Amino acid sequence: MPLHWLVLIVLALSAVGFFMGRGRALQTAGGDRRLLHSLPHYYGANVALSAMVPAFGVMLVWLLAQPLIVNTSIERMIPTEALPEGNTLSLVMSDVRRVAQGLDIAVERGVLSDAEVASLRADETDIRAMLGDVGVALGADVPGPVLEAAKNHRQQTARGAMIMSIAVLVLALIGFAYAFWRTNAQFRARNIVEAGVRALLIMAASLAVLTTLGIILSLIFNTIEFFRLHPAKDFFFGSVWAPSFGGGSELAVLPLLWGTLYISLIALIVAVPVGLFSAIYLSEYAGSKMRAYIKPLIEILAGIPTIVYGLFALLTVGPLLLGLFGSQGLGWMQAGTAVMTAGLVMGIMLIPFVSSLSDDIINAVPQSLRDGSYGLGATKSETIRQVVLPAALPGIVGAILLAASRAIGETMIVVMGAGAAARLSMNPFEAMTTVTAKIVSQLTGDADFASPEALVAFALGMTLFVITLCLNAFALYIVRKYREQYE
Amino acid sequence: MYDYSTASETALDQKTIKFSARDVQVYYGDNHAIKDVNVDLEDKTVTAFIGPSGCGKSTFLRCLNRMNDTIDICRIEGDIKLDGEDIYDKAIDPVQLRAKVGMVFQKPNPFPKSIYDNVAYGPRIHGLAKSKTDLDEIVEQSLRRAALWDEVKDRLAAPGTGMSGGQQQRLCIARAVATAPEVLLMDEPCSALDPIATAQVEELIDELRKKFSLVIVTHSMQQAARVSQKTAFFHLGNLVEFGETGQIFTNPTDERTESYITGRIG
Amino acid sequence: MSDATHTSLMAQSAHTRRRNQAEKRFRAYGLAAIALGLTFLVVLLSTIFYNGVGSFQQSFVNVPVYLDPAKLDKKGNRDIADIKKVSTFAYAPLVQKGLFALIEAHGIETELKKPKDMKKLLSASSTAQVRDYVISNPGQIGETVTFRLLASSRVDGYIKGRVKRADVARDKNINVAQLDLSDAFIKAGVISKEFNLGFITGADASESRPEQAGIGVSMLGSFFMMLVVLGLSLPIGVAASIYLEEFASKNRLTDVIEVNISNLAAVPSIVFGILGLAVFIQFMHLPQSAPLVGGLVLTLMTLPTIIISTRASLKAVPPSIRDAALGIGASKMQTVFHHVLPLAMPGILTGTIIGLAQALGETAPLLLIGMVGYIATNPPDGLASGFLDPNSAMPAQIYEWAKRADPAYYERAWGGIIILLVFLLTMNLIAILLRRRFERRW
Repeated sequence: MPLHWLVLIVLALSAVGFFMGRGRALQTAGGDRRLLHSLPHYYGANVALSAMVPAFGVMLVWLLAQPLIVNTSIERMIPTEALPEGNTLSLVMSDVRRVAQGLDIAVERGVLSDAEVASLRADETDIRAMLGDVGVALGADVPGPVLEAAKNHRQQTARGAMIMSIAVLVLALIGFAYAFWRTNAQFRARNIVEAGVRALLIMAASLAVLTTLGIILSLIFNTIEFFRLHPAKDFFFGSVWAPSFGGGSELAVLPLLWGTLYISLIALIVAVPVGLFSAIYLSEYAGSKMRAYIKPLIEILAGIPTIVYGLFALLTVGPLLLGLFGSQGLGWMQAGTAVMTAGLVMGIMLIPFVSSLSDDIINAVPQSLRDGSYGLGATKSETIRQVVLPAALPGIVGAILLAASRAIGETMIVVMGAGAAARLSMNPFEAMTTVTAKIVSQLTGDADFASPEALVAFALGMTLFVITLCLNAFALYIVRKYREQYE
Repeated sequence: MYDYSTASETALDQKTIKFSARDVQVYYGDNHAIKDVNVDLEDKTVTAFIGPSGCGKSTFLRCLNRMNDTIDICRIEGDIKLDGEDIYDKAIDPVQLRAKVGMVFQKPNPFPKSIYDNVAYGPRIHGLAKSKTDLDEIVEQSLRRAALWDEVKDRLAAPGTGMSGGQQQRLCIARAVATAPEVLLMDEPCSALDPIATAQVEELIDELRKKFSLVIVTHSMQQAARVSQKTAFFHLGNLVEFGETGQIFTNPTDERTESYITGRIG
Repeated sequence: MSDATHTSLMAQSAHTRRRNQAEKRFRAYGLAAIALGLTFLVVLLSTIFYNGVGSFQQSFVNVPVYLDPAKLDKKGNRDIADIKKVSTFAYAPLVQKGLFALIEAHGIETELKKPKDMKKLLSASSTAQVRDYVISNPGQIGETVTFRLLASSRVDGYIKGRVKRADVARDKNINVAQLDLSDAFIKAGVISKEFNLGFITGADASESRPEQAGIGVSMLGSFFMMLVVLGLSLPIGVAASIYLEEFASKNRLTDVIEVNISNLAAVPSIVFGILGLAVFIQFMHLPQSAPLVGGLVLTLMTLPTIIISTRASLKAVPPSIRDAALGIGASKMQTVFHHVLPLAMPGILTGTIIGLAQALGETAPLLLIGMVGYIATNPPDGLASGFLDPNSAMPAQIYEWAKRADPAYYERAWGGIIILLVFLLTMNLIAILLRRRFERRW
């Protein structure tokens, strides 16, 4: 049974349950709704939820678990000696899934019947050509074991789907019947429904934790896999980044980290003075009118997507810098993509980030401190430099750390503006690359996902995640402590 | 309305006039906060401003060292002269004025710096000390004046925010004294303090009178009676009565003053 | 410290003057910083506009083409199956002849003597356009029909000033004689610059025909992604916020969730891309490049933002409202859903729109789940295909164009950004209006 039919049937059952539950409640109360414990629609909702929630819950878990179970059972079927030279199990498995999918489509279109599929043999039929006809292109001819595995895959999947349909429908009916049977005038339907809704609310709130868990697990498993293929020592302490898809790559994180930090540093050198001075002017000098116009204008910079900054770096700032510092100018620069290009543009992006955070923090400094300083005859700038800024310093440091973490995690600007060469150099006019840029390039190529060259992206992602997480947690901690101080 | 001509007669003793205000009006936006205030404040005297909340006494105090400049919507008319110079003249730099007319606020507001740096802040920005020893001396002298030296001399590097409320307020007084002002304005300096700390600060005020002219805004009539020689009673933005403290409290001429002192309004 | 030094206030001391100068300098730094920030904004926006506005106009060639029955319908029986067998190669000479005839008709002098020389003036898509017309109107075979065909991107670039005469010497796609002819055709009104609807509604094209590329299909991809994001992040975000703000007691679990959410809001977006790749594609085997997957990833990314803003608007509803409802015997749940939530709704919607705008412009995670590099040529034909068929998204499409070698694609990329920014601006304006309209001061 196709999935959407199953969903529709359960939904319909719930809808029917709503009205029947409501009707039954009213009926047991003899039509006098004042005799009911709860409002009538709560009885309906109780039946509807009882039918729907367990059924959909099982369906969701089943849909997630089934491919895993089927995959492991098929993987065990494929004999190791059947693996073609240089191919890994995961590649073969993706072939198996593709063939199975092709067979499904072929059956759906009536090219094959189920019986014909069962009797297909790799050495008799040209499976590749046949599947090509139905729109599933395969990279190579299908060997016997793969076809067998694919047929098995299809069978198990189909059987699983059927059992799931039955289980889901039975559960929905049981839930329906049980809730309906319990419905009477004394039944505390509202409390039950509210407890159910509350459970749903808790589940929604835990999704954030699940997301973090998902991030951590997906990073950890793949990182461990990477370190099995590539020594961790080389990754952390090596100094050369030279992936080669033929094997024997040198994959060290150091040059990438250097590029990341260098670009972030330049970005902060641009963003911190401009952002901080803007914030100081806006919060201490500007009148309310100027503030009302200028602040949103500067914050527009924060609303512009990073792809725009990336394009700006690639097509405008890069060529501009090349004109100034390239062979026609000072001769320091070979190409438009460089640390400087990405750093400058990223700095522009971070200006509103620094300024609005600093603005909040400067405004949190109590007015009494300023009054105290003015009362002693200090000028505004003396008050700002010697009283306001020192008082706001922890908060501003927190803001700068948050900006730094933003810079380190930024992707599009460096992908488009910084270049692709990983090198350890001090020259800001040279092209360098960053952790994020390499995550993109290692995962978007044609590399096999099981190769160290692709898996390294997860180790890089892990590095990035840990660095930004520490920076954020530390910065948030500082900022919170700072706020508490003046509350 | 307080009649100026009689006041100037009673004020005619040996003391010199420090501040003289003529027809002062203060507006906050559309709100007329101070109306036609005329008053002369003497040197080496403690003058108390009393009156119910919102009567304008703090507002008027803040006019005397142009602290109201920092509020955008505040507008001031009339003349306020310090030693015969109009402090609202264009040529006057409020920064220099405030060095001469120090201020202590309602809530102790030490800077988040060390005790030493708090006191040294004023002398540093005004360039009053020629050397480090000079500055040390100013700090010590100011802290002594504020009767704080003995309590803090061993921990000058400790943060000023870590002290008790009374100590903080005396630190703020020391901070104000350190710029060598001629007038010290105090805006309810004891309202955030406990009775013991209040007594210490009041004692200090009496001591400071020898060197400076002091203006103190207070809610407490007892305090005004204890520390001041002159008292001005403000009501709804008007200066109702001004005179010798003893006279104001024993024999007020205006019935509003009497009502306030006896507790019927306020 | 004595009153012996009695100085007038009227004269500024040298020290005060120095201090006032320092004050002025400091103020100037602040103004300079603001001016710099605004300059960046102006430069950025004007660069986008200046470079991108060209993509909204395109050069078209009006060519009368004789639909020669001898070429298009050799059997002469107008059988649609036979007509369909004729490939675009057979149409090329007809179109070129049609354009070549115009040289004589307008009395233009040129060194180009063969109809074949016209090829580089026309878009490679022109033959397909004529063929499509013939297939849907087989009756027109044998007639002469005037077509409005796309000019090639070089001719278009020449007209817009992107392609310079000095540069064409090394260009094998166009030569000076062809440019001269284009000039003459413009004068004769054969080639004209018109509004380019195809850019807004069309699909991406292959590397060699930038003149044909449009952003329409990837716009649909973005649209379906936003549907997913809205459909998931609004209910989940509101539910999570309600729980945390109204029901959760202060305990370890709530603390963990709260810290989690504030940290998730600052996790780099690329990490969400890794999550999407590992969980949705490798683990759950959802289709690559599908807007559904993109939407799921962006949902996870925007959820923290939406939760944070929703909680702020729930917090802004005064406790007196809750007390009033609880006081007349409403349950906690009823209080929240009947009273608090409706009052907080404008704030929640504002936050959601801003979260959506953020998601709409996000590119990095889409790179990892394969929404780049895919040439979306056909618009999805239905809901299921909209969610599940491979597609691109607006920012991913822009990135794709920026990577291509032909500078004609840069113009498209800038133009795409204009469209993207128009969407973002509209969304933010709606959010601002919503806030203005429904903002309550308690």
